[in-house]
Amino acid sequence: MTETTLLQTTELTKRYGSVTVLRDLSLEVRSGEIHALLGANGAGKSTLCKIISGLITASSGTMQLAGKIYAPETKQQAEACGVEIVQQELNLIGTLSVAENLLLTRLPHRGGFLRSRRLHEEARGILDRFGLSDVATFAPVESLGVGHQQMVEIATALARQCRVLILDEPTAALSGTEATQLFAHLSELRTQGVAIIYISHRLDEVARIADRVTVLRDGKYVATRETSSLSTNDMVALMSGDASSNDGAKHRLYRTDEMAMQVRSLTCGKVRDVTLQVRRGERLGITGLVGSGRTELLRAIFGADVATSGEVVLADQPLGCRFSSPSQAVAAGLAMVTEDRKQNGLLLSQSIATNTTLSSLRKRFSRWGLLRRSKERRVSSKMVDELEIRCESIDQNVATLSGGNQQKVAVAKWLVRDADVFMFDEPTRGIDVAARRRIYRLLESLAADGKACVIVSSDLEELFETCDSIAVMCDGRLVETFDRDSWSQEKIMQASFAGYVNPGAGT
Amino acid sequence: MNRSKWFQTLVQYGGLLIVLALLVLVFSVSSKNFFQTSTFVTIANQIPDLTFLAVGMTLVLIVRGIDLSVGSLLALSSAVLGVLMAKHGWSIESALVVAMLVAGLCGTINGLISVGFGIPSFIVTLGMLEIARGATKVVTDSQSVYIGSKVEWFGQPLGSVPFSPAFVVAVLAVIIGQFVLTRTVFGRYCVAIGTNDEAVRMSGIRSAPYAIAVFGISGLMCGLAGLAQTSRLSTADPNGAIGIELAAIAACVIGGTSLMGGRGSVISSFIGVLIIQVLQTGLAQIGVSDANKQIITGTVIVVAVLLDAIRIRWGKRSRSGR
Repeated sequence: MTETTLLQTTELTKRYGSVTVLRDLSLEVRSGEIHALLGANGAGKSTLCKIISGLITASSGTMQLAGKIYAPETKQQAEACGVEIVQQELNLIGTLSVAENLLLTRLPHRGGFLRSRRLHEEARGILDRFGLSDVATFAPVESLGVGHQQMVEIATALARQCRVLILDEPTAALSGTEATQLFAHLSELRTQGVAIIYISHRLDEVARIADRVTVLRDGKYVATRETSSLSTNDMVALMSGDASSNDGAKHRLYRTDEMAMQVRSLTCGKVRDVTLQVRRGERLGITGLVGSGRTELLRAIFGADVATSGEVVLADQPLGCRFSSPSQAVAAGLAMVTEDRKQNGLLLSQSIATNTTLSSLRKRFSRWGLLRRSKERRVSSKMVDELEIRCESIDQNVATLSGGNQQKVAVAKWLVRDADVFMFDEPTRGIDVAARRRIYRLLESLAADGKACVIVSSDLEELFETCDSIAVMCDGRLVETFDRDSWSQEKIMQASFAGYVNPGAGT
Repeated sequence: MNRSKWFQTLVQYGGLLIVLALLVLVFSVSSKNFFQTSTFVTIANQIPDLTFLAVGMTLVLIVRGIDLSVGSLLALSSAVLGVLMAKHGWSIESALVVAMLVAGLCGTINGLISVGFGIPSFIVTLGMLEIARGATKVVTDSQSVYIGSKVEWFGQPLGSVPFSPAFVVAVLAVIIGQFVLTRTVFGRYCVAIGTNDEAVRMSGIRSAPYAIAVFGISGLMCGLAGLAQTSRLSTADPNGAIGIELAAIAACVIGGTSLMGGRGSVISSFIGVLIIQVLQTGLAQIGVSDANKQIITGTVIVVAVLLDAIRIRWGKRSRSGR
């Protein structure tokens, strides 16, 4: 194994507005090694990889590739330097054939006419080399299973000559045998001197194939170690840090004994057999790694996706039910602030007033189908004041507001409607500190009013500060629930990785 | 407060009204006969059919749909009206009710299929365009049906005022349409659905019934348009109103209604109708050939939409550059 440094990053920093997602990151990757990047959600792994592969550019800092300055501004430039990335999301064109996808950037042609035979021969060769002899070259990619698609995507990158290969969660959709095949190819590339940067939540996998591990936390470098010197428990400890945030001094408990909502054995796609309950006045946090099924759980409870089994029991409706649409859930007293406010939370091109009253037009702002516009204006002005939404007037388009103020509008919509159980999916993602504080205060006042709150968040500090208890999801299941007196960052991290560490407990 | 509201209204319709005034001015200068009461009376009595269609089309476009079947539905309801009145001796009232029901039903079917199954309304209404045209020919046996004075009065100026009952009803439809759009829960939901259907669903609102109803309303408007056209021509023509759906869409788009949904105004669409009709009448009066009329009309449509796009982009920039 050679010991020469191939890729070196020096004090890379990435800022989005006032938020720093990557801070002074220096990393050194050798040729002929598999270098794993570890860290919790939002630690900066994906950001770092995107900078290296030219998808985004750093705010400051430099990179060197084989001793030369390396500053790709586009993915194409990075590829020209021999740096390839396979991202979590598939970048294949579903309607084109496997062969066309494999050779998309260099389709064999004569004077613009596709040389079909050559195309399929070349593609066959690549597929066979990667043990995909059962995949037909002419099959449309969308007809393949997700695992095979992922393999085709990886093969596409591997087939190009590259010096640095970045793999972001490549095994998430792969079966055991497919993963084993992938690992065999990676070791082969390693002997050829390719540097491989490998991101995965599956620590056992990392322990098995990586030569060295670098751990990131909150956008900062923590440590680089030889994999052989670490156990998976050591890895978790490095990722979580030693801070046990148990400052419950300011936290007030409003939890009552009255049950507000019970979820019994809910199963829906990725979500498997989840049982939980939340009482009136309780703030229940739900965390877990990205892809552990948190958003899917909320959607299943809310009827946005229809659950295949299990039931939701609400306080005043002792008979359990499965909601088949959000309108049923809302009528039964649920509210949900969605994660992606632009996609499905707000009407961006409409006014603040229209957005705040949307859910309650029938209930509060109309008489015989006619809008009660003065009441509408009065109530939305009141919400603007109460939530400190910074705007010129309530007629302003929501699209022109900052992220934090948009989120306040999304929340205001449900406050105006009122509900017994409020569900929040990543309520403070991408918003500034002041808005975040305002939302925490709001959660507290909801609890004080006897409402039940369910808060999904990747930000553990946030849950420690706001919640009475925290449930941890892993691989679609709810693995453990902690109370204020029993939780710690490390315990929660252990639980989040639990399904991935022990083979057999996961897929 | 009230003054700024007036100002806003003026800004909203100002651009369109200026275009309309400019057209009138140009034609008045180039033709001695244009700026006369009789010209405007002619225009007023020619626009009711297109106006009814534009009212329905505006709502359809706002919920992010499109209705290509309106021309055929107009012809179908006209045919029903003609056959019932001329061959079976029905009164105009009862024949109209049946004609509107038929067109409304066809529109509702458009909505049920496109909204219920998530099929683009472009395709569904294209199919209905063929079906309804065929049905028109079946009903009339492919012959024009002459009705005569029993229906003509509706399209002719009243004695005391120069406007026909059809024009008065069409203006009423515009006013009611604008009221529904801006002052009712139904109208608000339509705008919301066209803006972001998924956000509406996640807000706990069942959007499908509203979107379906919009297509039904478009059908009902075709029924009224059928009456307006039949009364103007005294005849139900199975080959009438071919291509009028494109004029209706053009009127809405000139009025600033977005084909991407969520934005539009019935009054603006009405001004769009006026612009199209003034253009047609004016060009005919100054003796422009049919071929050149088409070229000019097409150009005006594209330029109007272009100006609107520029206005919106400029508005966005001035807001973000603050």
